[in-house]
Parts: sequence; C-alpha cells; structure tokens
Amino acid sequence: MNISFLEFISYSFIQRAFISGIFVGVLCSILGLFLVLRKLSMIGDGLSHVSFGAIAMGLFFGVYPIYFAIPIVILSSIFIVKLTEKAKIYGDTAIGVVSSVGLAGGVLLASISHGFNVSLLSYLFGNILAISISETYLSIALSLFVLVAVYFLYYELFAVTFNEEQANVTGIKSDKINLLLVILTAITVVLSIRVVGIMLVSSFFILPAVTALQLSKGFKSAIFVSAFVAILSVIAGICASFYLNLPAGASIVIVNFILFLLSFLWRKSM
Amino acid sequence: MENIVEVKNLNFSYGLAEVLKDVTFSIERGDYVGLGGYNGSGKTTLVKIILGLISPNSGMISVFGKNLKKFKQWSKIGYLPQSVSLFNPIFPATVYEVVSLGLISKKKFPRRITKADEKTVDIALEELEILDLKDKLISDLSGGQQQRVFLAKALVNEPELLILDEPSNTLDEKTRNNFFNLLNMLNKKKGTTIILITHDIGHIGEHANKLLYLEKSVVFYGKLSEFCGSEKMEGFFGHESQHLICHQH
Repeated sequence: MNISFLEFISYSFIQRAFISGIFVGVLCSILGLFLVLRKLSMIGDGLSHVSFGAIAMGLFFGVYPIYFAIPIVILSSIFIVKLTEKAKIYGDTAIGVVSSVGLAGGVLLASISHGFNVSLLSYLFGNILAISISETYLSIALSLFVLVAVYFLYYELFAVTFNEEQANVTGIKSDKINLLLVILTAITVVLSIRVVGIMLVSSFFILPAVTALQLSKGFKSAIFVSAFVAILSVIAGICASFYLNLPAGASIVIVNFILFLLSFLWRKSM
Repeated sequence: MENIVEVKNLNFSYGLAEVLKDVTFSIERGDYVGLGGYNGSGKTTLVKIILGLISPNSGMISVFGKNLKKFKQWSKIGYLPQSVSLFNPIFPATVYEVVSLGLISKKKFPRRITKADEKTVDIALEELEILDLKDKLISDLSGGQQQRVFLAKALVNEPELLILDEPSNTLDEKTRNNFFNLLNMLNKKKGTTIILITHDIGHIGEHANKLLYLEKSVVFYGKLSEFCGSEKMEGFFGHESQHLICHQH
C-alpha cells in the first residue's frame, strides 16, 4: 500500500487498533507468564471456546456478545477451578470438560438460529482494525483494572506461581490467588477476542511468555520482556497486516512466533 | 518452658491408609528435635499438618500457644521443604527474588519489598556464603547451592521455629558440615527451635538434643540421653543401632 507511516497512523481505526492491541497484548503477556509457569497455559484456549458459546448466546438473544461473554466466561473459569478441587481431576482435564461444553453449546445455537453464522465467524478470527471506540474504551478500562490487580498482588502471584506449598506457609491463601488468576484470565480472554479472535487467543498468552523465558534473567525482568514482546508484536503485526493486506490477528501471532524463534536461537547460541 | 508446638491425639489417613495414629508430643522453645523414622513413617505428613498444609482427621495442634486454625504469625516459622518439591526448574527467578519471598509473611497488603529488606536479604545471603550468587538464576545453580538459597529464604525472617525436611540430601560433605554448624549456632546462640526431619537416624544424635521417632505413632520422644539409656529402645532398635546413634551424640 502506497501511503506514508505518518498518514497510516493518522487513521483513527489504526490508532484504535494500536491502543486496544497494546493494552490487551500487555495484559495477555503478563498473565500468560503466570499461567505458563503454572502449567495452565491452555486455560486461555479453553476459555476462548467457552467464549464461543457465550458469544453465540449473546447473538441468539440479541445482546452485545462481549457483555454477555464476560460473566459467562468468569463463571466458567471459577467452575474449572472448583471442578479441579472437588472432582479431584487435573486442571487440563477440567479445562477440556468446560471448553468442549462451551464449544458444543455455540455450535448448537448457531445451528438452531440459522441467522448469525456470519457474525459468529467474525468473532472466531477477530478483526482488530474494525474495533469500535466503545470497544477501545472497554479494553483500556478492563486492562487497567487487571493490571492494577496484578500490581498490588504481585508478590502473592509470584509466591504462589513459584511454589504453592511454600506460599501457604507464608500465610498466603493460594486457593484465593488461584481463583483470582483465572478470573483475571477470563476477563482478558473475552477482551482479546475482538483483537485476535477465538481461534488465536491462547497464542497471545503463551508466545510472549515463552519468548520471555528464553531471554530473562529474573522474574520481574521476565514480566517486562513478555510485555515488550507483546507490544512489539502488536505494532509489527498491525503494520504488516495493513501494508501486506493480511489478517491482523494472524499477523500479530506470526510476529510473536518469529520473536520466539529468534530468542530461542539466540539462547542456543549463548 | 514455653511450648512452641503442641500436638495432641493426632490422627491422619489418606483414604483407608492410616498415616498417623494418636500422635501426641510437645516441643519447647530452644529444642532441637530430630524427627526420624523409615520412609513412609509419616514424618513429612506430620510436618505438613503442623504447617497447616494438610488437615488432620482428628486431634489438636497449637503453634506458639495458638490453635493452628487461628494462627497467623507465619513469619515466626521458617520452612525448608524437601529439595524435590522446591520449584519449577524453568522458573526464571534470581536468588535475590527467591530469598525476598521469605520476607513477605511479615508484610501487609499491598506487600512490597523495601530498600531495608534488600539489606536483610543481603545479610541472609552473606551468612550462607552465597552473596556472590545474588543475581544468578536459581535454576543455574547446583543442588547444594539451591539448598542454601532455600535455607536463606527460610532464615531471612529470623524465624523462632525452623522446620527442615531432609535438608542434607543434596549437599556434599563440606557444605553439609557448614550447614549443620549453622543450625547449631542458630539453636545455641539465637535460641531458634529446630525440627529436623531425616531418615538417617544414625546422624540425628550428632546435632539434635531430642529425638522424635515415628512409625505412624510415636515410638520414642525425649532427650537423646534418655534414648541411650532406654532398654525398651534397645529392644526396638537393637543394641548396635542404638549404640551407633548414641555414639554420634
């Protein structure tokens, strides 16, 4: 496309894409680090499948799907934790149970309605370039809420992620921190759907975190590296998408993967 | 003398498998207790119950004179778990970050590490001769170095009660000797109460002044001198084993 960078970033839809993408990207990358280290990285994938069902319900009942998805995905995330505790099954199994029910529910509703398959498809792959001003505000507000929660509970999250048993011995209620982590993840998954789509949400959580694990020399630095990788991927991905006429969400994910590959090769060469 | 830990009629089982049966004992301030017993005798389970990590089926536990359910002063307790359960090997934490986690039990929300805390961490690292490892990733260290980092984490709060689960398993001889000298110093000079779990009963006598020997129930609890003079224990362990433990003492 033959336009200058300045002209490119002067478009309001591009500005909204950058702002929403960066906020959501930073959020996913920070929570992703905690999830990856707790071997819960697939919870993003599982909750995105639940979002599919919740969005289908929203479309079915004629309610704005994101508003509908937020409480449903939060309740599902709590259900995953409770199922793991009470039914004595592993976390990944609980995620599998909840995600398959969410996906099946969405397929059933889409089949019954016959009318909103096209809208549902737009949520499957997302479109950051079509994000509205109200969605941008929602991204900023919820991102700030989650980031403030992570800031104030940094040591609790760090301790529980490092070793749950030892965290309990320092008086931290690890069950409450686990619950909080999955609720924050649920909010973030729903926020990310408009940016990257249901199919690719989990990559936003996993890829910046695993890149940070290749490069970091400490936990705090891993958080900053993870966030930096996410910002870089969003900026490069949106630019690539605009200039090369590619889907934005997928471009961001591929940039993320390239950064992971480079970090991996760099670490191997050390 | 003040009771630091008091356990009465404690029972615990995993499903149908009985692990602890009617365990009763109390540990006084300044005691250095060797907690011995064969693998599966319930040593680690007992410690986890004292730390509130596992709920017993029945019985009463009090720590620092408070019922365990109401106990909140976790900074008074330092805990060094078995090395196998210490951390996720890909976790990117520095030695400093790990040891500073030991300080958060003293903090109230929102928990923050201050400049003064950084100095406290440095002192703990220096005491264990690992200050030069401060900025290294914990995963890059040897087993013995990692063990010392976790001991620094357990000690950084200057706890009144220190609980160590098989601490010397991964240490070489020199480090092990230094490690036990440090525990002796903490016990004798600072009055730290110590519970040391080990399956190596032969070495308990070298360090502890009391022995708690478990086999689901308490087989023996008392001073080493009482153990050595006990005909009942000679009958239980055999003359040679008893002699070996007492000789070390």
